[in-house]
Amino acid sequence: MYVAVKGGERAIENAHRMLTHERRGDRDIPELSLDQISGQLSLGVDRVMVEGSLYDRNLAALAIKQARGDLIEAIFLVRAFRATLPRFGASEPVDTSVMQVRRRVSSTFKEIPGGQILGPTFDYTHRLLDPQLAEISDPDALETAEPLAGVTPRVTDILGRDGLIEPSPQTEPGASVGDITRDPLDFPADRDLRLQNLSRADEGFLLALGYSTQRGYGRNHPFAGEIRFGDVDVEFMAEDAGFVVPLGAIALTECQMVNQFKGSATEAPCFTRGYGLAFGQSERKAMSMALVDRALRARELGEEAIAPAQDEEFVMSHSDNVQATGFVEHLKLPHYVDFQSELGLLRKLRAEFAELTTADKQIQEAAE
Amino acid sequence: MIASETSHRQLAMATLAHAPENEIADLLSGIDLPEVEHLREPEQGLVMVRGRIGGDGRLFNFGEATISRAAVKLESGEVGFGYTLGRSRKKARLIALCDALIQSDIYREALEIKVLAPLRRRIDATRRQRAAETAATRVDFYTLVRGEG
Repeated sequence: MYVAVKGGERAIENAHRMLTHERRGDRDIPELSLDQISGQLSLGVDRVMVEGSLYDRNLAALAIKQARGDLIEAIFLVRAFRATLPRFGASEPVDTSVMQVRRRVSSTFKEIPGGQILGPTFDYTHRLLDPQLAEISDPDALETAEPLAGVTPRVTDILGRDGLIEPSPQTEPGASVGDITRDPLDFPADRDLRLQNLSRADEGFLLALGYSTQRGYGRNHPFAGEIRFGDVDVEFMAEDAGFVVPLGAIALTECQMVNQFKGSATEAPCFTRGYGLAFGQSERKAMSMALVDRALRARELGEEAIAPAQDEEFVMSHSDNVQATGFVEHLKLPHYVDFQSELGLLRKLRAEFAELTTADKQIQEAAE
Repeated sequence: MIASETSHRQLAMATLAHAPENEIADLLSGIDLPEVEHLREPEQGLVMVRGRIGGDGRLFNFGEATISRAAVKLESGEVGFGYTLGRSRKKARLIALCDALIQSDIYREALEIKVLAPLRRRIDATRRQRAAETAATRVDFYTLVRGEG
């Protein structure tokens, strides 16, 4: 068996060389630069940062180039890179209420303080292919307007003032923050762990699960209370400096889902919430995450957990596309020895079967 | 350390962290810089970015970001720290250098005039421009008034 594996070395080397040629494509066409990928395929870069769970545009662009545009492969590369760097610590919590908003919409209130700001969006486009983009494009200059003064309050804060929506869960003093990259997953999992899992989860998987809740598999009547996208400053408590240092800004998308009420004999009914947060402009991801976050709160809210999206073990165990692709794709690697033993067993069973049928026939013939 | 000095350094660090590394380097070239000693060789690492559930609730670990850091010491003893998102060791070192200079009575004013003020102006201008462009996409609702009767 070892001899056969050894024989693959040259083939592997040549296959990888062929991969580099295929990646480069036609040499008469200019090669893609990382700036082009980062600047012009920016939402693909955002997705790789989200699911790679690492904010670094340039690195995500490199991963996309290396992976020939296969985003799951790119995510895999980013995760692997992440493991090569030491972690200096955890940031101060980001404050999305002081975001430099580039987009902010609410489907629950038309007139909200701060306004409905559409920003760069595919919404309201006609989804018709634009043949002009096949040529060099030259967009019109941007319009400008006077920005509204002050910060943009969260829609959930506005609802919260009248007690119409449940408040966010508050940190208990001394409580630690769970980390799925450090501790093995254990069920039932707290909401902090669930959100960390969802924030790096495959967008398609979460989209399908979120959709399933809308179609009735764990229905919870969602409204997009607010979606906002923009830049948020990150700060870090630097032990050496002895104070909190600013690190710069990252782009984030946040979704506050407002869901059907709960109440009890002692508490007045109020809306419940689901929360989504993602790197970059990742609206579909943040919305799906918020839907699934809410669905996974079934147990806590005393709802009957009967649908896949409400099953935290099912959701959290299958949401990671790096793990999923590893296990699915390992099927194509050599299983010669395994398969030989299966084959041997099958031959033995078939021989036994043949023996039995022959014996049966002989008995039948004898009886006749 | 007095609180105002710390907040002064934090403000300068915020400006520097938001600025492109080549702009910092260009502006610093206008100052006759002292010798510096590397207390911490510039290095790359990760920070786990934390969010709050619902935006204002319990903490959760959200995802990591690459960062770089450095620490330098001036001949005169001032120690500066540099932290920035991304993998630029050079930018971390430049920020550390500026943080050391801002603590020095000799260099503080030159740093403010020649580096920090111009950076702040550029960053503010970019922000204002972006805010104005964003504001143009704000929806102005109006009600269609139907005809009489």
